Amino acid sequence: MRKTLIIALNTIALLGLASFAFAADGGSGVSPMAAIGSAIGMGLAALGCGIGQGIGVKGACEGMARNPEIGGKLTTTLILGLAFIESLAIYALVVCLILLFVKPLGA
Amino acid sequence: MAGGLVLPVSFLELAAEGAGLHIPSEVLYSWLAIAVLLTLGLITSANLKMVPGGLQNFFEFVIGGLENFTVETMGEDGRKVFPVLAAIFLYILTCNFMGLIPGFDSPTNSVNHNAAMALFVFIYYNYWGIRNWGPGYIKHFMGPMPALAPMMIILEFMSHLARPLSLTLRLFGNIRGEELVLILLFMLAPLVATFPLYFLFMLADFIQAFVFFMLTLVYLKGAFEHAH
Repeated sequence: MRKTLIIALNTIALLGLASFAFAADGGSGVSPMAAIGSAIGMGLAALGCGIGQGIGVKGACEGMARNPEIGGKLTTTLILGLAFIESLAIYALVVCLILLFVKPLGA
Repeated sequence: MAGGLVLPVSFLELAAEGAGLHIPSEVLYSWLAIAVLLTLGLITSANLKMVPGGLQNFFEFVIGGLENFTVETMGEDGRKVFPVLAAIFLYILTCNFMGLIPGFDSPTNSVNHNAAMALFVFIYYNYWGIRNWGPGYIKHFMGPMPALAPMMIILEFMSHLARPLSLTLRLFGNIRGEELVLILLFMLAPLVATFPLYFLFMLADFIQAFVFFMLTLVYLKGAFEHAH
């Protein structure tokens, strides 16, 4: 019951906020929808990236605890894996940069 | 802007504009990176000693380490493609580090430069695949069982096309993101905020150059080995 109430109130709040997005844009600035979209998008990308990298580091730490003498190889593999996971968040960053600076849907 | 300077100041760009040329900054700085690497190489190889000192020692360490890594991952075929791989790594490393020096810009800042490198890697590994296997190279795209071949060809084709795209965007996003963060933090808190970030970004530059090198290595390994 409480969970349903919270979800309903959050939906109403988000819809209410969205009405501001249709107000006029300020001059050469960014359209409000692009700003909201890029902020939420980048936040979600950071969320996923954080969880993924956390699981990776967990595996590396457990491996090093079980077998400290190959710690060097584990570190190399870990850093490489983190760079690949990070690149997914970087794709989201590139989309946000396009929305904010290239303004494909008009300013 | 902070400090009263008209930022950003980019020396080579000012020089080119002064000479009246309209060359984009990424091309100018990539020429600078090429000139730096060639000069270092010529200086080092001018007098090679049996007991190396200084610069020769440093390069032996780097090239030896990279070659061992390549041969470990890829087998003896790695020696055929190692010069290109080492050149990719050293060039991208120099380009990335250049962005952190005040007054210079990294050529890897721009999508066009990275797309050119990624396109070259794509053509290069397919060239080795076709050279090694001839028309049989298509078997690499057909998946583990002949029954799945029609579906797998389309899937593998799309995944191979995604490779240069991901190489480009990964490098571009990282280096351009570093530049933006440095600019924004410089406007907020000039020295205190940006100085520690320099070390993080030097590490990130090195990692990105190594990741590009390693992905090229993995793609070449896939082109050299038997299909499933």
